Amino acid sequence: MTKNEALFNYTLRLGDDSLILGQRLAEWCGHGPILEEDIAITNISLDLIGQATNLLNYAALIENKDRNADNIAFLRLEKEYCNILLVEQLNGDFGDTMMRQFLFDAFRKPLFEMLQFSKDKQLAAIAEKSLKETKYHLKHSSEWIIRLGDGTEESHQRVQNSLTNLWRYTDELFFTDESDTILSGLGIIPDFSKIKEVWYANVTAVFEQATLQIPANNWQFEGGRKGRHSEHMGYLLAELQYMQRAYPNMEW
Amino acid sequence: MKVLNTEELNRKFQEKIDNDIKIEPNDWMPDAYRQTLIRQISQHAHSEIVGMLPEGNWITRAPNLRRKAVLLAKVQDEAGHGLYLYSATETLGADREDTIDDLHSGKAKYSSIFNYPTLSWADMGAIGWLVDGAAIMNQVPLCRCSYGPYARAMVRVCKEESFHQRQGFEIMMKLANGSPEQKDMAQDALNRFWWPALMMFGPSDDDSPNSQQSMKWKIKRFSNDDLRQQFVDATVAQAALIGLTIPDPDLKFDKKSGHYMFGEINWNEFYEVVKGNGPCNKERINARRKAKENGLWVREAAMAFSAKRAIKKSA
Amino acid sequence: MTKKDWPLWEIFIRSKQGLNHKHVGSLRAADAEMAVENARDVYTRRSEGISIWVIESNNIHASDSSDADMLFEPSNTKVYRHPTFYDVPDGISHM
Repeated sequence: MTKNEALFNYTLRLGDDSLILGQRLAEWCGHGPILEEDIAITNISLDLIGQATNLLNYAALIENKDRNADNIAFLRLEKEYCNILLVEQLNGDFGDTMMRQFLFDAFRKPLFEMLQFSKDKQLAAIAEKSLKETKYHLKHSSEWIIRLGDGTEESHQRVQNSLTNLWRYTDELFFTDESDTILSGLGIIPDFSKIKEVWYANVTAVFEQATLQIPANNWQFEGGRKGRHSEHMGYLLAELQYMQRAYPNMEW
Repeated sequence: MKVLNTEELNRKFQEKIDNDIKIEPNDWMPDAYRQTLIRQISQHAHSEIVGMLPEGNWITRAPNLRRKAVLLAKVQDEAGHGLYLYSATETLGADREDTIDDLHSGKAKYSSIFNYPTLSWADMGAIGWLVDGAAIMNQVPLCRCSYGPYARAMVRVCKEESFHQRQGFEIMMKLANGSPEQKDMAQDALNRFWWPALMMFGPSDDDSPNSQQSMKWKIKRFSNDDLRQQFVDATVAQAALIGLTIPDPDLKFDKKSGHYMFGEINWNEFYEVVKGNGPCNKERINARRKAKENGLWVREAAMAFSAKRAIKKSA
Repeated sequence: MTKKDWPLWEIFIRSKQGLNHKHVGSLRAADAEMAVENARDVYTRRSEGISIWVIESNNIHASDSSDADMLFEPSNTKVYRHPTFYDVPDGISHM
């Protein structure tokens, strides 16, 4: 595998994570638990779509096959998307959404903190810009986990269930393969084991404050990075891709 | 200390208004002024919030990343506008959640345009161009209304609204200059939203009993018919620019007045939709009611946590 | 109507170094942290602010309105007359 192929894969993964999670959050529009929170969630969705645009544009540049962020985002087959399973899970209730968000944000913050020192200037720039937003996302989601975990009995029960159900998708955050090995060898991406340490320390600290328990059963799912998704992905893509598929090759 | 009776208070109040002195929250005001404002501002706020739904449902289907981002930003703005407006109603002594409960129970109204369905991507263009366009016509004069918090909220809203209309028109322009399917899509959206947009200005002033008093109090600056005419004149020219046809066979430019004469509005439809019988009234209200119900456990949790923290702090 | 509504907070933004904080409006939040974050989302979406102050509306003390000398009423020192600024003892309904 060449360096560029590895870099393309890596950037695509980051971009897909942002794209799919941004898409999920957009579904909350007009349905949030209170007006202020509707605005907050939409804001995060907007940030993620912005990140996806930057990352997928960069991926297209690296690939150098005349694609752009839009045709990469809208025109691939399901097995060509390489987002992790966590981000494509259904929104569920507000607790499910915040738990998914928290587990993801707690990973992206240390990731971008380290990635801003990448030997690849463009990736470093994207990381630096995304870090500002991610810090805010993490503050927002971790505060909600604590409020819900240590709120009422009902909220505690609900968000504990969210954690129990989503924990099985967390190992995939740290999935690595040949692409990652090549890139970390070149100082382009950080060592994922370091990120995992920071992530684990942060999530356990927040769960303690939230009086939540990490499930004892650590059975984990993966497949997203390799293009093998959950049942939800098909429906998500049908909505995402509809306009471009129904009206091919047009300008909007 | 000089104590005035109601008649003198009213006189001094009207004097302030006639002299363009703003009325602020703690100032004396006739109860009818207060109640009219609460109703008008909260109706406006409800419209922004309900308006998030017909547009919100196209975010996940936007045709490219830029359109997705811009639509997200627009709908977020609308939520913000609703918030500025609820904030203004609260200064009049109304509780935001009470007015929202009135919306959910059907007691309070909101702009009838949002009871129409959004059936295609072109509807996003039509709404930005026509609906926000109509809203701007109404809102710009309100920046000078007599009640301080409402006027200031309107200034904020107007700054952001012009982006909305431009972006809507840009969508329509792109479609009208695109493929035959896209042009069809744009024309179809215009066909469906034109008359409902005209209805946004409300009934003719002869049928609008409160208009007179509202104008005297400067919480309404122009008549419904005047605003509607202004809107038609501006929009016909814009449609011509992008090669779309206004769906009104009676539309005709009158050289003498310099205005466009237009056909008769279907007032039956208007009143039915306002009454609750539009294509999407039930869905819109149900969606808002569900959001509030489903969010109850979340709001309660936040309050419970905040109370726990307060106890911990004082311990 | 549930009494579990979040309290009202008044928001003040300083948009640029050298300027005063300006009152921009209000919003609902369950605690101060949330109020600041909500204020950032609602009132600084176009980078309109660099410093945010939040205060529960109930905690603002105001001078009498300019109409005070004309009214036969006890002085009102709240920033405006909101139903939730006045504590009603439990057991009193319809208020």
